[in-house]
Amino acid sequence: MSLVFAGVCSHAPGITGRADQADPAVRDRFYDALGQMRDDLHASRPDAVVIIAAEHFANFFMNNMPSFAIGMADRYEGPIEDPGWLGIERRDVPGDADLSRRLISEVMRTSDVSYAEEWKFDHGIMVPLHFLTPDYDVPVIPVNVNCQGPPLTPLHRAWAFGGALRRACDAVPERIAVIGTGGISHWPATPDSGKINVDWDLDFMDRWCRNDRDALLDYDDLTVYADAGQGGFEIRTFITVAAAADGAKGTVHFCEPIPIFAVSCTVATYEL
Amino acid sequence: MTLYAVQKFLFELNRSDAAQVAYLADRHAVLEPYDLTDEEVEALVEPDIGKLFHLGVNGQILMHFAAFHQIEWQDYLQRMRDGIALHGPVREGVYAMTTGIDEVVAPVHQQPDQQDDERS
Repeated sequence: MSLVFAGVCSHAPGITGRADQADPAVRDRFYDALGQMRDDLHASRPDAVVIIAAEHFANFFMNNMPSFAIGMADRYEGPIEDPGWLGIERRDVPGDADLSRRLISEVMRTSDVSYAEEWKFDHGIMVPLHFLTPDYDVPVIPVNVNCQGPPLTPLHRAWAFGGALRRACDAVPERIAVIGTGGISHWPATPDSGKINVDWDLDFMDRWCRNDRDALLDYDDLTVYADAGQGGFEIRTFITVAAAADGAKGTVHFCEPIPIFAVSCTVATYEL
Repeated sequence: MTLYAVQKFLFELNRSDAAQVAYLADRHAVLEPYDLTDEEVEALVEPDIGKLFHLGVNGQILMHFAAFHQIEWQDYLQRMRDGIALHGPVREGVYAMTTGIDEVVAPVHQQPDQQDDERS
């Protein structure tokens, strides 16, 4: 089989942890968009959800930082954060080690990748799952792209990795959904948290929807940092999904700033 | 060594229930194996969120340390601002501050009745 679903959404911890501090009118429309994404995801009947996240030092640190990593376990756990702080209870999340092994083996043929038989999910995966697979009834395969500890994964390598991931999905019989998570412009977890460059976000999402490789890779870390903050480095996850979608065009279902959530809260999907 | 060791400690604390218990029982003892300056030890024991931010601790690591200490979000942001005001700009790392010391970047949404209360 191949990809049956491809999309992206925000993962900021405030989305669940600080829900009561947001303007409910905007927040609830964002939650509705996530609800629609959940319905569309389940309608695609995936056997597994591959979540491409930008994890935040929950598993990988500068003592041994992979540019790319894929989980290979039958069970994961999360959130690593204080459950009260995140607003999500700690729990086990089902994986599929056998499927992971087959995907990783295929990806390795054309892209370097680390594998991990243990993985503690942080908000980057738990917040999307909270909305998209709230019953935790679909196996999850976590993927990480280094968006946090410089030197970061080059954008064109993220694109190549997305292509390798697609070829791997094409090579297995299972129905695979791919979901990228991250912020676009943001300055998370700093005093600047809440600063958002909306124009930059909309321009990036336009490039993403057109699935324009050259435009998506036409960024460098210095200008991203200046225009979109260190959180903007997480565009790598969106770019990976764009490459995996293999030329498909996308639609933005929601992209509006919610400062207390620290990002332009975003939901977008590709028409595969 | 410094910023690397500070962040390594926070990374390991975040991942391990046992390390969290040990930290709460004897903060100095749990820091002993790490190559830290006195200034760093003091900031980690306190905990001095503002100083740690000033030293360059990545916000994605520091945020978890603040949550572990049950420091509420707005208080966390304020402590970082206070740290910059007291100690000066972030020394190293990728998490510098770009807004003004007193700038309110992400206000908490006020319900209409709360706004009325504040005006009265």
